[in-house]
Amino acid sequence: MSAPRLINPEQEFQRYRRRLQVAGICAGLALAGLFARFFWLQVVQFDHYHALAESNRIALVPAPPPRGVIYDRRNVVLAHNYSAYTLEIVPDQVERLEDTLAGLAEIVAISPGDLRRFRKLLAERRDFESIPIRNQLSEEEAARFAVNRYRFPGVEVKARQFRHYPFADSFAHVVGYIGRINQKDQEQLREDGLFANYRGTDHIGKLGIEARYERWLHGRTGFEKVETDSGGRAVRLLSRKAPVPGYNIYLHLDSELQQIAEKVFGDYRGALVALDPRNGGVLALVSKPGFDPNLFVDGIDVPTWRELNESPDRPLVNRALRGVYPPGSTIKQFMGLAGLELGLRRPGDTIVDPGYFSLPGSTHRYRDWKKEGHGIVDLKKSIAQSCDTYYYILAHQMGIERMAEFLGRFGFGVRTGIDLDGELAGLMPTPEWKRARFNQPWYAGETVIAGIGQGYMLATPLQLAVATMALANDGVRYQPQMIRAWREPVSGRLAYAAPRELGRIPLSSEHLRVIKQAMVEVMQPGGTAARAGAGAPYSFAGKTGTAQVIGIRQGARYDESRIAARHRDHALFVGFAPVEDPRIVVAVMVENGGSGSGTAAPIARKVIDYWLLGKLPGVYAPEEPTPGVRAEDEPDHDEPAAAAESAAAAATAPEGETQR
Amino acid sequence: MIRRLMLRTVAHLDGPLTGLLLALLAISVAVVYSASGENTTRAVTHVVNIGTALAAMLLISHVPPQRLMQFALPAYVLGILLLLAVALFGIVVNGSRRWLDLGFMRVQPSELMRLAVPMMLAWYLQYKQETLNWRNFLVAFALLAIPLAFIARQPDLGTTLLIAASGFFVLFLGGLPWKVIVGFAVAAGASLPLAWTYLLQDYQRQRVMTLVDPTSDPLGAGYHIIQSTIAVGSGGVAGKGWMAGTQTHLDFLPERSTDFIFAVYSEEFGLIGNLFLLLLYGAIVWRGLWLASGATSLFGRLLAGAIVLTFFTYLFVNMGMVSGILPVVGVPLPLVSYGGTSLVTVLLGFGIVMSLASHKKLVKT
Repeated sequence: MSAPRLINPEQEFQRYRRRLQVAGICAGLALAGLFARFFWLQVVQFDHYHALAESNRIALVPAPPPRGVIYDRRNVVLAHNYSAYTLEIVPDQVERLEDTLAGLAEIVAISPGDLRRFRKLLAERRDFESIPIRNQLSEEEAARFAVNRYRFPGVEVKARQFRHYPFADSFAHVVGYIGRINQKDQEQLREDGLFANYRGTDHIGKLGIEARYERWLHGRTGFEKVETDSGGRAVRLLSRKAPVPGYNIYLHLDSELQQIAEKVFGDYRGALVALDPRNGGVLALVSKPGFDPNLFVDGIDVPTWRELNESPDRPLVNRALRGVYPPGSTIKQFMGLAGLELGLRRPGDTIVDPGYFSLPGSTHRYRDWKKEGHGIVDLKKSIAQSCDTYYYILAHQMGIERMAEFLGRFGFGVRTGIDLDGELAGLMPTPEWKRARFNQPWYAGETVIAGIGQGYMLATPLQLAVATMALANDGVRYQPQMIRAWREPVSGRLAYAAPRELGRIPLSSEHLRVIKQAMVEVMQPGGTAARAGAGAPYSFAGKTGTAQVIGIRQGARYDESRIAARHRDHALFVGFAPVEDPRIVVAVMVENGGSGSGTAAPIARKVIDYWLLGKLPGVYAPEEPTPGVRAEDEPDHDEPAAAAESAAAAATAPEGETQR
Repeated sequence: MIRRLMLRTVAHLDGPLTGLLLALLAISVAVVYSASGENTTRAVTHVVNIGTALAAMLLISHVPPQRLMQFALPAYVLGILLLLAVALFGIVVNGSRRWLDLGFMRVQPSELMRLAVPMMLAWYLQYKQETLNWRNFLVAFALLAIPLAFIARQPDLGTTLLIAASGFFVLFLGGLPWKVIVGFAVAAGASLPLAWTYLLQDYQRQRVMTLVDPTSDPLGAGYHIIQSTIAVGSGGVAGKGWMAGTQTHLDFLPERSTDFIFAVYSEEFGLIGNLFLLLLYGAIVWRGLWLASGATSLFGRLLAGAIVLTFFTYLFVNMGMVSGILPVVGVPLPLVSYGGTSLVTVLLGFGIVMSLASHKKLVKT
């Protein structure tokens, strides 16, 4: 125990004062330190933090442009947009997805198809993308969800633009469809430097016009600069750059003609192409069967897709562009023209047809379709009656190289360049091709059957139409074209697509006259398509064709009734009218149709009648008119100039007044 | 007559200090109004709280130091008992056992200790004033350590540190030898790694790590610091203007009426506003220390000095936390943050300071 010290109060007070001063100085230094920190943050680093605060509060919200509308030549809408409510889920914001889905199903109707589609989209989604679970909510459903909304974080009702194809099946292969942007589309967009323009866009053209003219139809995305709170909700609109709508596109296509063509096909599979020979415009492009493009817009569900994809009728294949068939007798007029042009034949030269042809030194008989033969045959008769023997001999004399070269000028074996994607080139065989493809020599017999469009030779219905158009135009060739005009959205100006002339095949007008006359005789009594041509009030030139699907053994006879439907011959027809001033060219291919004269030619006749006369032949009249087809109305197509004018006038009319 | 009554009512208040406090409280009302998103109800509640706290300050300023000294020991013992009760029967809120449920209200005994601990230590040092030696300091340390141990175990790091600070200030002003202070500082520095491993809870370690690198956890613990630093920095020199802070009004700033209210002030009033606030606080501390040095008894000097220095510690820790130089501990900005308890505790403290400083004349005469 230490002795009590005497405490000096004065001394102690002095010590207290000193300590207090030390504490005060420390506090002052600390305050200075704080000020230094504030100076650093608010002056030195101000720009940095200012930028951070701005990026906190300002968000750029893309405003997707309305997609351009697609019209036919009469201003009938083939693809358009409408607004509807969708129920969408942002999976990243949902904790228990299954519970959410089950809860939603109690509020709005969710079909198994909706669920399947949702799961498919879920698997291929982008980060923080919202995925539709139900489209086209009714007002009542939207209201019911709004009441229950608090139960479903990450689920929202959105008003969205939808694409609709009012004609469903009829134009699927032409207009195509849009679908949700997938991984591959995204990469392509990035590559093309268009990714920014697709912010806020969910859909992109996948097929047909929608795909081909994607960039025109899409438009330019606008932006809204909004102030958002920490929850990402927009509080205030700061500025706005309006989106620029996509171009409206007007096709050469005539929706009524297209529907007539579809209708006259009946249940057959096949394709029809109708062209305007004055400019190459595609008036109708049918591929049967079709499919409903509306199924694809928001993601088709797997079973439906599988059903379409695996159907033996192959509805997803565009037969007009991608169906390659042996052209059969529809190339005989080109062969005859080649004979004349190459100096191998004169119009009056004749052969005697015993019903078959054999190569010198061979006993193999290349049979004519008419067993007893056509007797004495000149060029016109060979075309009018489609004499095979005439062309066996001609082809043998001409040789495959000259044949390929001449037919190639009409576009066989080459893509036509139509403004639709996925077209096939067909095949115009040559010895070089065969060597490269099979490493085999060319046989003389292969030239013989090539003379009647059989063997290796393949062509698409579109190619047949394009070749026929060149013939109808006395050698002037056009690239087939879907687009007729487009409307620039801001100025509202309508611009017309120029016809794409590809030059002229030099042909003697005398030779052309002979061939066309022969094609006219095809449609007249004694010709193969006399029944289809009967009573036509306009001059009508055509050529039938029948292409074998399976080989027929030597000595056997083709008996339609004994052959399974899928093995029946394909029926073909090409034609144009009026002959002196052609306004329409038609190529028809009917799969397993039997014969060109019996199946294909009547279809072409009805289509041409409708185009030139505005009415259907009597055979067809009793049937109910198709909805949307104005059977009584006389379309003003008799006068070409007037037609073009009225279509242009219709095209310039405000969109609100579009006729349906 | 009325005038005399009023004069007597405010007789123990220090004019300059009261003026400074009122100025700060006026700022507080404006900032709370802005931080709450123009919520009038909240602003009114805040004004009522301020009124209550001012009344408490006024009341306690009349209590003579002798009476206060009598409270020291009982308050301390009661506090320890309550802390013991918390440890045994306390209810857990947000992972911490800090509250006692009395049925009609919840109390947080550690709040009581904020004043009880420095009072107890000041009383003890005065009690041993004549024979003060190192043994007495040892006892004083024990008196400080017992409540700290309870509070640290709750766990409540912020309160522990601040009560430790207030206790230290008493001992420091009471003449704790420099050798001991330096020795402690060295020992504390050396034991930091141990404390890091054994004493700190996971979330406390997280808070410190977040300070070092807020971006390591931008959506979790780092979010507060990132957003408050952005708010302060983007205020610039002149600020964005009252009610115009984007971080505040667009909801980016968390806890903006309470612990992070300084970010709101700083965003809206900028560096100029901050300088003004620092000067105001500096003036309050300066005036408080001046008053403390004028107290007649050792108890009065020690307690008043400790209260003022603790007040300073609060504001320094809070501003340091909001501007990102100190870890996030739950400390409100004294006299500015919304919240009645803090207001009452702080103004009660200043009431005591004023009492201690003003009663000397009365004692002398």
